[in-house]
Amino acid sequence: MIVVEKLTKQFNGQVVLNGIDLEVKAGEVVAIIGPSGSGKTTFLRCLNFLEQPTSGRIKVGDIEIDSSKPINQQQGLVRRLRQHVGFVFQNFNLFPHRTALENVIEGPTVVKKMPRDAAVALGRKLLARVGLAGKEDAYPRRLSGGQQQRVAIARALAMEPEVILFDEPTSALDPELVGEVLATIRSLAEENRTMVIVTHEMSFARDVANRVIFFDKGVIVEQGEAKALFANPREERTKQFLSKFLAH
Amino acid sequence: MEAGFQLALDSAPFLLKGAYYTVILSLGGMFFGLLLGFGLALMRLSRFKLLSWTARVYVSFFRGTPLLVQLFLIYYGLPQVGIELDPIPAAMIGFSLNMAAYACEILRAAIASIERGQWEAAASIGMTRAQTLRRAILPQAMRTALPPLGNSFISLVKDTALAATIQVPELFRQAQLVSARTFEIFTMYLSAALIYWILASILAHLQNRLEDRVNRHDLES
Repeated sequence: MIVVEKLTKQFNGQVVLNGIDLEVKAGEVVAIIGPSGSGKTTFLRCLNFLEQPTSGRIKVGDIEIDSSKPINQQQGLVRRLRQHVGFVFQNFNLFPHRTALENVIEGPTVVKKMPRDAAVALGRKLLARVGLAGKEDAYPRRLSGGQQQRVAIARALAMEPEVILFDEPTSALDPELVGEVLATIRSLAEENRTMVIVTHEMSFARDVANRVIFFDKGVIVEQGEAKALFANPREERTKQFLSKFLAH
Repeated sequence: MEAGFQLALDSAPFLLKGAYYTVILSLGGMFFGLLLGFGLALMRLSRFKLLSWTARVYVSFFRGTPLLVQLFLIYYGLPQVGIELDPIPAAMIGFSLNMAAYACEILRAAIASIERGQWEAAASIGMTRAQTLRRAILPQAMRTALPPLGNSFISLVKDTALAATIQVPELFRQAQLVSARTFEIFTMYLSAALIYWILASILAHLQNRLEDRVNRHDLES
C-alpha cells in the first residue's frame, strides 16, 4: 500500500530524517512512537508532501513520487496522491467558517466533483459513523475538541482514502476527551483500514496497532509486532524511552 | 438663514449632479482598485521573486506619493507623452491605481493572517492552490479585511474631492462653482459637507451589515 525508500529530510542543513525505508501493507495499522524531535511527525507529513522531502521515493497505491525531482513539476501527482491519503492533524484544522457537514463534504464536492446530494448523504453517514449525528449544522467553534477531531476524521474519510495518517490526534485534547477520539480510531482499525498513527498514547499503540515503529534522531531504531515490542524491546534506546512511560 | 436655505434648495440640482460624479468615481475607484489590488496581493504572495517585487514597488510608489500628485501626473502629465485623457477617466484611473495599493496591502495582510493549518487542511484533501484560496482562505481573510477595506472606501469617497483640481464636476467642484457665483460660501460648503457625510454614513452602515454577515458563524450555534 505504502512504500517509502531512502527518505531524507533536511531543514537548513540539519538532518531531520536520515534515510527511512518503510512498507505498510493494506489493512495494517502502524503506530509511530518516539521522543519529541525524533522526526516522526516530519516523516508523517512527508508521506503526503505537506513537508517536502529532500530525497527518496514515496509510493502510495499506484502513485509514485520521486522527491529528488523538482516537486513543482509533480504538483498534479502530489494532489492525486493526497486524494488517496487522508490526514488528521493534531490541531484538527477544521474550516471555521463551515459547519461540520460542510467541512466533511468539502473534499467530495470541490475536489471530486461529487453531486451535492450524494455528498450530503455521504457526509451525514460519516458524521453518524464518528458519533456526531445531530451536529451536522454546528460550526466548529461550538464543538468540543474531541468532537472537532471526530469531524476532522469524517472529513478525511469522505475522500475515501486508501490510507489515513494521524498526526498525534489526541495531543491537543483535554484528557477527558482523548477516549472518544481513540475509540473512533479504534473502530476504524476494526474495519481493517490502513492507518499510520503518530502517537504518545502507548497503551493505545500497543492495543490497536499491528506494528509499532520507534523513531529516534531521524532513523527507525526498532520496529516490530506491537505487543512484542512493548513487552520485549531489543534496543537499549527503546527500553530507555519506554521505561519513562511504564514507570508510573 | 432663510435665504441660505433657499439657496441650498436652488443649488440642489447642481450639488446632486456633483454628488452623482462623486458616487461614480467612488464606486469605480473601489471596484477597479479591489480587482487590481487583489491581483497585486496574489503577486505579493507569489513564490516568484519578480512578481512579488513588482507588486512591492507598485505599492510603495502609490502609497508613498500624494494622491493629488498622482492625479496631476495622469491628467496634466500624460498628455506630454501622447496620452490624453478626459477628466473623468483620468480621475477614475488615478483613484483605482491608488486604491489598488491600499487594497493590496489589506488583502495581503488578511491572507497572511490565516494560519498555515488551513492551507494544509485544504491541501490534505487534494485541493489546488486556487481552490484553497477561494474555498478556505479568502472567506476567512475577508473577515479581517472588511473593516480596513471599509475605511479605505470611506476615505476614497472623501478623496474624490481632489478630482475638482483636474476639472471633474464632482460635488466639491460644484460647490465651488455655485459659491463663486453667489458668494454664499458657508452655505454651499456646508451643503457639500453634509452630502459627503451622508454618503460616508451609508457606506459605514453597509460595512456593518456586511461584517455581521461574514461573522455569522461566530454568532450562530
